Amino acid sequence: MNVPVENYLVLAALIFAIGCAGVLTRRNFIVILMSVELMLNAVNLTFVALSRQLVSMDGQMIVFFVMTVAAAEVAVGLAIFLAIYSQRRTVNADEISLLRW
Amino acid sequence: MIAFYFIALLTLASALLVVLHRNPIYSALGLVNTLFLIAVSFVMLDAELIAMLQVIVYAGAIVILFLFVIMLLNVESEVRSARISKIGTAGLAFVLLFAVELAVFALVRDPSGAQELPAGFGSTELLAETLFSKGMLSFELTSLLLLVAVVGAVVMARRKVES
Repeated sequence: MNVPVENYLVLAALIFAIGCAGVLTRRNFIVILMSVELMLNAVNLTFVALSRQLVSMDGQMIVFFVMTVAAAEVAVGLAIFLAIYSQRRTVNADEISLLRW
Repeated sequence: MIAFYFIALLTLASALLVVLHRNPIYSALGLVNTLFLIAVSFVMLDAELIAMLQVIVYAGAIVILFLFVIMLLNVESEVRSARISKIGTAGLAFVLLFAVELAVFALVRDPSGAQELPAGFGSTELLAETLFSKGMLSFELTSLLLLVAVVGAVVMARRKVES
């Protein structure tokens, strides 16, 4: 299995860009959160690929923390979403302008 | 090498499905697919424990959470607006530029060749050793973060019942 590390980096960059485009263009709050997950995963892939390239476990350790933070982020994000939905009956991120003036 | 391209194409296809599909259920299923395929990439990169965690934590917990909320709220398909807003266009152009830049940067990097991996690289023992020596403080802080997240999620979700 001698795939050059660059291939993985390019793959991760593309997944990150797809996730970034999703965050910018989608209006559905849930899909925006999913796109954020995609971006986090792309970064995880970069960390693991470079961890193997540099023969160091540090990258995999950071991936461990990123996963924890991602899980916490989704839990809190969906809870906020539930609270907003019960008040406003909308999933559209454009209509949630509570903090905008 | 062929295996890598196969996996990479599938990963990109399902990532696009997440972003492009109107129905959030299909987006969630695409997300499961993407996460599984990234786990496969982790296995190919000799990170078995991380791959297991990926399947358990992401596919097993996070996506279920997404699906649960979608089912709970009965979210309908999004009506695609004909025009993308100005800021969306600017954002897409930026993303495209960003992707090209990242890809070029990754390719231009001097390929130094993979070094010989020590025995047990990516194993639970080695990861745990790193985690509990170098990452001890971060590990403890993570527990604090999870506590705050649990309390925050419960508080946010309870407000719904009261109103």
